[in-house]
Amino acid sequence: MRLRALLAALAGVACLAAASDPAERLPDPAQEAQAREIFKGVRCLVCQNESIDDSDAELAQDLRRIVREQVKAGRSETEIKRFLTDRYGEFVLLTPSFSAGNLLLWGGPFLVVLAGAALLLLRLRSRTPDAELSAAEAERVRHLAEEERAP
Amino acid sequence: MIAEAGAFALMLALALSVVQVGLSAAGRARRSAALAGAGEGAALAAFLAVAVAFAALMHAFVVSDFSVANVAANSHSEKPLLYRVAGTWGSHEGSMLLWCLALTGFGAAIAGLGRTLPQGLRAVTVATQGLLGVVFLAYTVFASNPLARLASPPAEGRSLNPLLQDPALAVHPPFLYAGYVGLSVVFSLAVAALVEGRVDAAWSRWVRPWALAAWSMLTVGITLGAFWAYYELGWGGWWFWDPVENASFMPWLVAAALLHSAIVTEKRGALAGWTVFLALAAFSFSMLGAFLVRSGVLTSVHAFAVDPTRGVLLLMILGATAGLGFSLFAWRAPSLGRGGMFAPISRESALVMNNILLAAATATVLLGTLYPLIREAMTGEAISVGPPYFNLTFTPLMSAMLVLLPAGPLLAWKRGDARGVAQRLWVALLIAAASGLATIALVSPKKAFGALGVALGAWLIAGALAEIVERTRAFRAPAAETWRRLVGLPRGAWGMTLAHLGLGVFVLGAVFETTWKIEAAEALPVGGRLTVGAYELKLDDVHPVSGPNYEADEGRITVTRDGAFVCRVTPQRRLYTAGGQTTSEVGLCYRGTSHIYLVLGERREGGTYLVRAYWNPWASLIFAGPAIMALGGLVSLTDRRLRLGIGRRREERA
Repeated sequence: MRLRALLAALAGVACLAAASDPAERLPDPAQEAQAREIFKGVRCLVCQNESIDDSDAELAQDLRRIVREQVKAGRSETEIKRFLTDRYGEFVLLTPSFSAGNLLLWGGPFLVVLAGAALLLLRLRSRTPDAELSAAEAERVRHLAEEERAP
Repeated sequence: MIAEAGAFALMLALALSVVQVGLSAAGRARRSAALAGAGEGAALAAFLAVAVAFAALMHAFVVSDFSVANVAANSHSEKPLLYRVAGTWGSHEGSMLLWCLALTGFGAAIAGLGRTLPQGLRAVTVATQGLLGVVFLAYTVFASNPLARLASPPAEGRSLNPLLQDPALAVHPPFLYAGYVGLSVVFSLAVAALVEGRVDAAWSRWVRPWALAAWSMLTVGITLGAFWAYYELGWGGWWFWDPVENASFMPWLVAAALLHSAIVTEKRGALAGWTVFLALAAFSFSMLGAFLVRSGVLTSVHAFAVDPTRGVLLLMILGATAGLGFSLFAWRAPSLGRGGMFAPISRESALVMNNILLAAATATVLLGTLYPLIREAMTGEAISVGPPYFNLTFTPLMSAMLVLLPAGPLLAWKRGDARGVAQRLWVALLIAAASGLATIALVSPKKAFGALGVALGAWLIAGALAEIVERTRAFRAPAAETWRRLVGLPRGAWGMTLAHLGLGVFVLGAVFETTWKIEAAEALPVGGRLTVGAYELKLDDVHPVSGPNYEADEGRITVTRDGAFVCRVTPQRRLYTAGGQTTSEVGLCYRGTSHIYLVLGERREGGTYLVRAYWNPWASLIFAGPAIMALGGLVSLTDRRLRLGIGRRREERA
């Protein structure tokens, strides 16, 4: 079923959003909030599709410590994310970059919208003759109308 | 003995399915009602045989027969009865058997209920359904036999993962599978329509109830899963854009699109090709989901490492069946009629817009799920696609659809009247704007996106009600006439209104909860206090309790507001003795539609406990919304126009 849950259980992880652990927190609430915001976009590398905000794994704790230290040192979000990608590759970010390699990923859905809209426009503009009656059909309509008039 | 009988019944079901395909196909080729009838008999028999196998497996779980490998691996004699029963579908093998049970069950349903279908169409549908049965039963028998015995049975089983021992999750798979596999009927009907070369109103009328039933089941299944994740995983989230969730969400989106396009095909004869395409796609996505979940492709960093043979086999099944369906489509679809013309502003256009946006949303989920895999295979670079991606793509696409939604049902077929629709919706628009402004004024902290979301939810609800008002001429005609019209509304109309209303309720809940949830956490000694939002929590006491198969620490927490007692909550931290896993049992306190959500953490040095608390405003609406949508589906199913097996004549009389 839910393999993430299974994996979590296998790792013996009691699923607690450990990021809120008071023992780890930064003293400045504004900085802490900024760190939490960054956590949500950083992947816990050993977990399945979990951010370090959610994960209780040791690596996630380490990553949280690194991010908190850098936030405390006054680094910006971009700088911290660059530091992480230099170290762990793009895999560490939960938001894929807007790069050529991800063109299809970001553009795909909007391509579907464009293609759909184009097809709809074509369908609307094509004046197919099925609105008109064929000669035989017109004849039949005339016949039926006559029958109706003279029962 | 019983397990062997079950294994034999499974083989028999496979043989019967082969017979079903042969007889039904021959019945169609020779136009023989007798052969086709025999094929339907085989379909019924195959279902009974799988039911016997399923009962045998369930029996093995209930009596804890650990000589059956599957039971030994997934059950435990101390487990409560409900979870022993649910264990039947808790493992890979068992869930495949459930899949086969549903597949043959739906085959039997077509055979039994399909009397009003044209003979040829019915025979091909039964044959196709039989073919699907053959493929999946063969897989189950040869690659994942759930009833295999162990040479040396263990004295005790390895037990089911404790996280999965939960009432919501026990019933979650049957609903989900009824939904997944219900779409196989639609697939078979589409194949039959392509073979027969005819897609008409009668065909669409047959597709709609099946799609509706499958979609409603999927809605219930997915919602149960989300609710389980919400209170069992213990961090208050309910949707993670996890590949496994996405796997169930894609068929749901496609089925929703199908429901809408089938209306156009039924009423106006248009979009026939597209409707057939969606009917094929819906079950293909179900199979893709089955493959993704079972192969381990997405859940493991080491792709294909979990069970490569099974993964490859399932991929082959997916490729062969979907490939066959779509090849047939490519070959025969051009011969399907185009149907009537329509103007840019018309019901047809609105439903096409709905389909375009749902298709794009499906593409988002598909790309988000598979793109990392494709990119890694092609370039070797690993990337992650997480919730932020879906927030940036899926959310705007769906928002666009929701903004347009209330106008759709008010537009006339062929040529709609934009000004007339605007006149009917201005009250709804005012309500939406007022809700947004009220949110800005009353809720702190002020968040523009949250307020917009609330306005959108209100727009959907008010729009759905505006449509009822319009249909019953409320406030314009005398009350008696309105009442008469209200009572006379077809069930299908109520169903639609409920589904759209439910969507609005969901949007309200989802937006409010995600925007304004409050989190607090503290290491508390017994007697310690913690504030979350307007509420104060006090950890009164922590004491040990024992369950049937676990030991737990239970915290007793009193919730007060301004000194007044609100509720007492007892979250637990459980240790399951069989497997040694710990789980947290969340404590929930309901305040209207909002929740106070409490989690008890482990005991720390100095005798403190990490207590986490969330204020989740309007969280109940997140689950109530989809429940209303599913209810809408069921109400719609009881509409006499859609009721299975009702012929044209009775409808005329009505």
